[in-house]
Amino acid sequence: MSTQAGYQLSHLDELEAESIHIFREVVAEFEKPVLMFSGGKDSIVMLRLAEKAFYPARVPFPVLQVDTGYDFPEVIETRDRWVERLGVRLIIASVEQAIKDGIVVDDGKTSRNRLQIGTLLHVIEEEGFTAAFGGGRRDEEKARAKERVYSHRDEFGQWDPKNQRPELWSLYNGRIHEGEHMRIFPLSNWTELDIWSYIGREQIEIPSIYFAHNRRVFERDGMLLSESDHNPLRNAEEVKERQVRFRTVGDLTLTGCLESSASTVEEIIEEVAISRVTERGATRGDDRFSEAAMEDRKKEGYF
Amino acid sequence: MDEQMDLLRFATAGSVDDGKSTLIGRLLLDSKAIFEDQLASVEATSKSRGYDYTDLALLTDGLRSEREQGITIDVAYRYFATPRRKFIIADTPGHVQYTRNMVTGASTADLGLVLVDARQGMTEQSRRHAVLLSLLRVPHLVLAVNKMDLVDYDEEVYNQIHRDFTAFTSKLTVPDLTIIPISALQGDNVVTRSDKMPWYEGPSLLHHLEHVYVASDRDLVDTRFPVQYVVRPKSDKWHDYRGYAGRVAGGVMKKGDEVMVLPSGLTSRIAGIDLFDKEIDEAYPPMSVSVRLEDDLDVSRGDMICRPKNAPTPSQDIDAMVSWMVPEPMRVKRKLAIKHTTRTARALVKNIQYRLDINTLHRDQDTHELGLNEIGRVQLRTTQPLLCDPYATNRDTGSFILIDEATGVTVGAGMIN
Ligand SMILES: Nc1nc2c(ncn2[C@@H]2O[C@H](COP(=O)(O)OP(=O)(O)O)[C@@H](O)[C@H]2O)c(=O)[nH]1
Repeated sequence: MSTQAGYQLSHLDELEAESIHIFREVVAEFEKPVLMFSGGKDSIVMLRLAEKAFYPARVPFPVLQVDTGYDFPEVIETRDRWVERLGVRLIIASVEQAIKDGIVVDDGKTSRNRLQIGTLLHVIEEEGFTAAFGGGRRDEEKARAKERVYSHRDEFGQWDPKNQRPELWSLYNGRIHEGEHMRIFPLSNWTELDIWSYIGREQIEIPSIYFAHNRRVFERDGMLLSESDHNPLRNAEEVKERQVRFRTVGDLTLTGCLESSASTVEEIIEEVAISRVTERGATRGDDRFSEAAMEDRKKEGYF
Repeated sequence: MDEQMDLLRFATAGSVDDGKSTLIGRLLLDSKAIFEDQLASVEATSKSRGYDYTDLALLTDGLRSEREQGITIDVAYRYFATPRRKFIIADTPGHVQYTRNMVTGASTADLGLVLVDARQGMTEQSRRHAVLLSLLRVPHLVLAVNKMDLVDYDEEVYNQIHRDFTAFTSKLTVPDLTIIPISALQGDNVVTRSDKMPWYEGPSLLHHLEHVYVASDRDLVDTRFPVQYVVRPKSDKWHDYRGYAGRVAGGVMKKGDEVMVLPSGLTSRIAGIDLFDKEIDEAYPPMSVSVRLEDDLDVSRGDMICRPKNAPTPSQDIDAMVSWMVPEPMRVKRKLAIKHTTRTARALVKNIQYRLDINTLHRDQDTHELGLNEIGRVQLRTTQPLLCDPYATNRDTGSFILIDEATGVTVGAGMIN
């Protein structure tokens, strides 16, 4: 503990205590929880908090990843190490397979991130999950600022922002009907800086692509994208080698990186502290189309 | 990052146009919680609407439907930090028809920030905001007298509002009141002290938020540990481990303490307190820990660990102030689910004693129901004893929510008398 005298927790300890409380509450009250794992730093911090909440017992729920088919290999490697160390069950829901099975439709215009929605909802329904932990934070985007920690989804997996349940004190209401489920956001009150500070403090292993490395990249729509077979070059696009890092790790055809020499958590914290562009605004192609883009996707059941 | 940063949660309330969004926008902007792309989008919107200034209020309004209506209608949470503190703002709408949202925002707040327009002084709305914050036992209250620029930074305007508000809050439970003259638009006394009001000798708003002392607001005397979950690893290495997981709701717990478990009344001693893989010396609110006991007692979720000579009295008759949150009114004889700490039971509404007029504090005894956004004193009978304290001594063990069993919706929030 960082503060003994004065009985005042540091902000990270208080956030940690709140998140652990949420994990335990969900496991006590829901029959079939699952943790939605993107491979990114937020979902890894979630796993770490879950590990703490139930230690020395095992994390008592499986981890679900939606495989877009366009994931960074570094992210998969880190995921596998975490899953092995914690001994949790990993469920992989493949977008590719969902397309083949006709569960989602790839019309060539819809991004993989959006196809994840249908794939995800299908798995939740198939497996009968009643609660799904997501790594969303309220500081990420305006539309998230009003989202509850327990976010109710109807039988179509939809979120109704006008009709959210009031959430008071730390008394969470986990009532759902047959076929419905609850999205749970244990990191609601964390900011990007809190996440990084915690990763630094706890020395949490995250995918290497968050740190500065040399990569062959090209520019598209003002973003630096990674060279890849999934990312065929369009006319006049040119590959060059740069020292870069990623601020979010999603679908590699849409997730941009930035030029950076920050190779340690401390250097990243410094960069984040002075950076003047939001995580999503900078490097997520799928959020940039309109200010209300996020809100629309959330209503449909995006995590 | 400074590891010793702590956390302050505060709730804001103001009537429409008092400048709440402008103030929050300024706090976020000046503490660099606003990013270039957000600011650029707000600048563009301001321009397209023909404003000759950047409308900082645009930084904070959320969902599109609300944007279209031009008002904020739900609690929105916002974040900023200074090197001393991280802040969580529960930004609540001020109008009477959103009382339930204010109650929600205030429920977790260490501090309540009420805004008034200096030109109007104290209004029915600002009185109501103070009443709600006091009812929710928010320990610190700040009144920001905004738009001082529009009254020429006049000391007398401030003094009059100061007198009115102090007189009014003396009738309420307001342990700590601070009144600060500001201009959210010009930035006076928001982050730094303004030279336009040399007559004001107090701190700037941000300075006050950074320094207000909150560590003693929680009950550190009466040990209360609602058991949330029992950790029982099914592994050879941890074969005999049994940890009672929960969040400390009161008191300071130490290894060796004699404890009593309710409702069984059985006693034991604390064998150890674990936080993840470390054993810790003491646990205090709001830490999430696992407590091990020396004896093998039958303890489960919903039980409460406390001290033999200092325990709540289990009771099935609950007398509480209830804030009602749905259109269908609360009526006598209605059956509801009740969630109190980690215990869930069913409750029958036995009596609605009075409805509190939150504008006048008048108690209307002739009422038989509580409607949406109304608050009243209610008696409930529960199917199981609740292990509760008065809300005035402990906000965690003195609060509950009421749930409609058919719809699953949270319909009310209660504070135990
Ligand atoms: N002159 C002046 N105008 C202000 C001040 N604070 C806010 N305003 C203006 O008052 C109007 C309402 O402000 P807004 O922040 O939207 O109020 P809200 O409804 O309380 O969120 C806007 O036109 C603001 O520019 C202030 O300190 N001085």
